[in-house]
Amino acid sequence: MNAWLTQHGAALALAFRRLWSAPLNTLLSLLVIGIALTLPAFGYVLLDNLRDLGGNVSGVQQISLFMNLDASKKEVGEIENRLRQTATGKWRFVPKEEALKRLQDSEGMAEIVASLPRNPLPDAFIVEPTNSEPEALEVLRKEIAGWPKVAHVQLDSAWVKRFDAFLRLARLALWMLAGIFAAGLVAATFNTIRLQVMAQAAEIEVARMIGATDAFIRRPFYYFGALQGALGGLLAAALVLGALNLLAGPVGELAALYGGTFSLRAPGGLEFVALAAIGAFLGWLGAQLSVSLSLRKFD
Amino acid sequence: MIVASNLCKRYPGGYEAIKDVSFAIEAGQMFLITGHSGAGKSTLVKLIASIERPTSGSLVVNGQNLSALRRSAIPYLRRNFGMVFQDQKLLFDRSAIDNVMLPLQIAGLPRREAIRRAQAALDKVGLLAREKARPIALSGGEQQRLAIARAVVNRPAVLLADEPTGNLDVDSAGEILEIFTAFHQVGVTVVVATHDPRWIEHCYPNMLRLEHGSLAA
Repeated sequence: MNAWLTQHGAALALAFRRLWSAPLNTLLSLLVIGIALTLPAFGYVLLDNLRDLGGNVSGVQQISLFMNLDASKKEVGEIENRLRQTATGKWRFVPKEEALKRLQDSEGMAEIVASLPRNPLPDAFIVEPTNSEPEALEVLRKEIAGWPKVAHVQLDSAWVKRFDAFLRLARLALWMLAGIFAAGLVAATFNTIRLQVMAQAAEIEVARMIGATDAFIRRPFYYFGALQGALGGLLAAALVLGALNLLAGPVGELAALYGGTFSLRAPGGLEFVALAAIGAFLGWLGAQLSVSLSLRKFD
Repeated sequence: MIVASNLCKRYPGGYEAIKDVSFAIEAGQMFLITGHSGAGKSTLVKLIASIERPTSGSLVVNGQNLSALRRSAIPYLRRNFGMVFQDQKLLFDRSAIDNVMLPLQIAGLPRREAIRRAQAALDKVGLLAREKARPIALSGGEQQRLAIARAVVNRPAVLLADEPTGNLDVDSAGEILEIFTAFHQVGVTVVVATHDPRWIEHCYPNMLRLEHGSLAA
């Protein structure tokens, strides 16, 4: 146990020394790894924020039901009955007078409304179904559209669905991007380690002849790969944070122009740790592949 | 301790370096493997250290049959030996003491303990004053003594050397011979492959002479 700890400690220290002894190489490798991890990580943060943005709105799933202009009070009552029977959730009647009054209250609309010869707006119902699954909403919409004197049924959640579909597509694209960059990171580590094995050939040969196990020879390279990956991950986290800081001002301004407040949510400590861990894992993987191939010639 | 029977080694291409060789080396002996160059001395040393594998026949070291040894067991077998190579195989990118510490690092000794033992080994071969020197700054004889210090630092049961005085002047060779004799006197089994006749009087009659890979008559 003690020997085991000593050997791991020594391998880790050696990996640190090798990183430290070639600062320029280390810096370049870290940049490559950092940038490779930054792009998917940044995409992840953006998607996360977009999902939040979508989530704020999509909480309200409404169906708007517009009656024919010539629908009588009795016919409106009939629709009300039907809505009660189907028991689909909450619903609210908006009489055409109320709709007109609301339109009048909107800025700049009072004069236009006053100039109209008669009320152009229909009676309407706003339905908030309990079941807000897209398929159920669609079924309900079709049913309501078939009722008498119903002029138009509008599913207000259509754009939410489109947004969801867009998010799914973006997420898939992000995964593919992440996969490509992960492969790039593994390849970069692979090459770094291969050069190191070549540089350490004499030591590896001697160590083998005097009784070093495979594990002893491989260990420093594994630590090196993992360490380099983890540092690259932290660099990527710093780059993402920097980019978010630069974006925070313009995003706030844009949100203010739309009359809202929205600020980008920055990733937290756990996400940084995850990024470093992913970097470490990919670095370890690259080292593992490289060492396995490079050490064959010493057999 | 080391028993070979009908040992053969054929290299790819058909060259037979060792042909049907049998011998036994007892624990505590100082044993000589001799013969002219190309007779198979180095191959025999490599077979004993399991750096090469026998083509046929058996070689038993410390009760372990090397032909049946699993690959993962080979490093542990090699730790029984302190190896002195023909070309020394010192590492020129580190100091003398770091060279000597390598076997201790492999064995997983704590650093402080490793330094202490490496200094003791350097002291035994008279190089303690040069512990910080790089091997390139050492003379041929000093480099050979450094290689011996690395071989004995982990207190191996067997000291196994291939041409330890091959390229040395008379004085340096004499020093090396003395160091090996001293280890033999404290109970270490010493196996030396060399064509240098000075070793014969120290080892006689524990020796075998190879000729074209076979035991000479």
